Amino acid sequence: MSVQPSSDLPSPSPASPSVPPSPLPPLHLAVALDGAGWHPAAWREPGARADELFTAGYWADAVAEAERGLLDFVTIEDSLGLQTSGYGGPDERTDQVRGRLDAVLIASRVAPLTRHIGLVPTLIATHTEPFHLSKAIATLDYVSGGRAGLRVQVSARPHEAAHFGRRTFPPFTIEEYDRPHVQELVTDLFDEAADYVEAVRRLWDSWEDDAEIRDVATGRFIDRDKLHYIDFQGRHFSVKGPSITPRPPQGQPPVTALAHATVPYRLVARSADIGYVTPHDAAQAAGIVAEIRTEQEAAGRAADTVHVFGDLVVFLDEDGAAARARRDRLDGLLEAPYTSDAEIFAGTPAELADLLLEWRAAGLTGYRLRPAALAHDLPVITRGLVPELQSRGAFRRAYEAGTLRGLLGLARPANRYATTSA
Amino acid sequence: MSKPLKQIHLAAHFPGVNNTTVWSDPAAGSHIEFASFSHFARTAERAKFDFLFLAEGLRLREQGGQIYDLDVVGRPDTFTVLAALAAVTERIGLTGTINSTFNEPYEVARQFASLDHLSDGRAAWNVVTSWDAFTGENFRRGGFLPQQDRYARAKEFLATANELFDSWRGDEIVADPATGTFLRDARAGAFAHKGPQFDIAGQFNVPRSPQGRPVIFQAGDSDEGREFAAAGADAIFSRYSTLKEGQAFYTDVKGRLARYGRRPEQLLILPAATFVLADTDAEAEELSREVRRLQVSGATAIKHLEFVWNRDLSSYDPDGPLPEIDPDLGEHTVARGRAQVRMYRDPLATAREWRELAEANKWSIRDLVIETGNRQSFVGSPATIAETIDSFVQADASDGFILVPHITPGGLDGFADRVVPLLQERGVFRTEYEGTTLRDHLGLAHPDAGNGGASVAESVA
Repeated sequence: MSVQPSSDLPSPSPASPSVPPSPLPPLHLAVALDGAGWHPAAWREPGARADELFTAGYWADAVAEAERGLLDFVTIEDSLGLQTSGYGGPDERTDQVRGRLDAVLIASRVAPLTRHIGLVPTLIATHTEPFHLSKAIATLDYVSGGRAGLRVQVSARPHEAAHFGRRTFPPFTIEEYDRPHVQELVTDLFDEAADYVEAVRRLWDSWEDDAEIRDVATGRFIDRDKLHYIDFQGRHFSVKGPSITPRPPQGQPPVTALAHATVPYRLVARSADIGYVTPHDAAQAAGIVAEIRTEQEAAGRAADTVHVFGDLVVFLDEDGAAARARRDRLDGLLEAPYTSDAEIFAGTPAELADLLLEWRAAGLTGYRLRPAALAHDLPVITRGLVPELQSRGAFRRAYEAGTLRGLLGLARPANRYATTSA
Repeated sequence: MSKPLKQIHLAAHFPGVNNTTVWSDPAAGSHIEFASFSHFARTAERAKFDFLFLAEGLRLREQGGQIYDLDVVGRPDTFTVLAALAAVTERIGLTGTINSTFNEPYEVARQFASLDHLSDGRAAWNVVTSWDAFTGENFRRGGFLPQQDRYARAKEFLATANELFDSWRGDEIVADPATGTFLRDARAGAFAHKGPQFDIAGQFNVPRSPQGRPVIFQAGDSDEGREFAAAGADAIFSRYSTLKEGQAFYTDVKGRLARYGRRPEQLLILPAATFVLADTDAEAEELSREVRRLQVSGATAIKHLEFVWNRDLSSYDPDGPLPEIDPDLGEHTVARGRAQVRMYRDPLATAREWRELAEANKWSIRDLVIETGNRQSFVGSPATIAETIDSFVQADASDGFILVPHITPGGLDGFADRVVPLLQERGVFRTEYEGTTLRDHLGLAHPDAGNGGASVAESVA
């Protein structure tokens, strides 16, 4: 094992009275980056740098802070349309952050400036090309030395479809989400996303690791028997392959997805390495994990590691009353309480650590925290929550692996097309 | 006769997926690892080059029904590697070749606008077209585009992308915490485009970038391609690096600009150019022959002959005489994913000419391919190359060159260290970057939202 010994443990004695041995593996911790933070009024907070949201420096600083806290990875939100307050079309609001940069390019721009942290941009399967995005994430993996992942998302938004002009989706409100015609559309989009991930994964494997031979004697740069057509045929697209980009350093960069219901849980179970879920208590967390595990078994992936991370919006202060007051103040600016698909937590790092460890017992293996106000809450995560978890033996004290798969405890997978194990 | 000296523009083309690149050289490094791109870009920036250039190919080339394995194979994703290079450089322009057939304007426009933001105004787009079903097999729509429609799509693609770039004027973001106003205008980014190729509407979601629009390159050489460039490109990546051909092309293309209300300096002509540099001219000549021999192995020579013959010639000896059999004049089936096959418009005549040349000079197949192939554009000592480049530019054969070294990633080092200082001494190349954006380096104006380069949109209508 290459885990570095933590400096405050009296080695070689395994048990320290101040750090009870944790019965469960350490938590994985990620941060979700989105503009100035997840609360719509966060951009108005002191230090928010709202006028720098479209600069490289803003993103480089945020990811550097996350890396300072030894976090597993950051995700970067994206969308193929302006942000809106509901699920429908543009809301024409001028009091919230609108506009964003391409998430893959942000991740790539910060990759050479960081060394350990995973970089997981969002991509929208519904309107993009699996061939392009497969090589983009493979390239991010090369640029970062094995730290790339992706978060796959679908879009049923009619106004985003109109930006591409190839498909039309019926408008619906979030209240109509359970209606059959909406469910049919959503199921189709998630099935397409599963196809998309399958095509992306096959393209990553379409070059065997040792395909480049540079054999001067025969003049051959590659051994073409080690390149493979993927011949993917799906209902919405087909892809011939092979990729134009060789197999990425991790072989298969981790695939992640946010999921709130059975259909997306199935995508997680069939296609992903990490699912982000949104329970509101430990019992819900246990129920969701059980459902994903059942789907995982049905998909024939029972032996694979599929992490289930809890998503939480967090307001963090050393004084819990200050965190709650900050939430109230931001809600006041919004003129309505901020609501979210995820549980909203306001309190101290110690209280949050209690919650994270309680839900871990329900089967979650990690968390993706959504800082309510990035400028404030990210440093409290890295400098308050992380030491708190470390002191409870529940989080790493140094980066223990050089790749994102390594940090997540995922082995480098064999290539599905390789016939020899030489 | 005392015309002021023209300032030369120089760019660096990352060694490509073709037989110009000598991968067998012991000094040749990875074509994929970021360290190679980083070394190459930093060398070009150290030499104060205008920009770095990346080509693209969206399907691995095939010959005889198999993946072509004699050249470098494989490359990274263009946008992704350019964004990473923005982190390790400060001034050099970042030019990506991006296809207008197997992409959508909304996505490409937000990628270029994002790259321009993340590089503080250094993005450029080499707009290329393709139509073949072979490449289409990797994409959602397959080979949907008839060949004759490829420029129609490219023009409308660029016009649509320009509408998206211009959908933000640049003053919309207020971000004033005190008043709570983030956006001045709720309709920022609004656009609607209805045309034969694209029918899209909504709001673009990337605010106006530092350059307003990326610098636009065009690389096609047909009459249609030249007209496309004259209508709306900022620069042409041409292949005429000899003096006479260069001057003819230069005159032709610059002459087309007036029709679009543009001045000659609004479109730069930048041919691709290879070079072999050594201490003396004689040594460079010898090295030049050696490099050409490395570029054309026996196996490569046979494959090259197949472009003309359109037949499987694998049974022929590259060190023997040319085939007696004539080229197959049917539809070209041997090589796929290549532009070269279209260069030989009369294969019978080419075959006849080559046989005569080979006989007269006692050339083998390999000798012939080496001798009839392009000699490097510039061969000589640093002084000779500096002098030649300068004289070409001053004689209006080009506005500069896009240099294509044959070794990755160190092939530019000698040029940067030994030729660039001589060009600087001659007073024809910058000693420091004067501006921060690629438009600054190229002397191009920053477009105003809503009217710059509107000619392309008009030419489509």
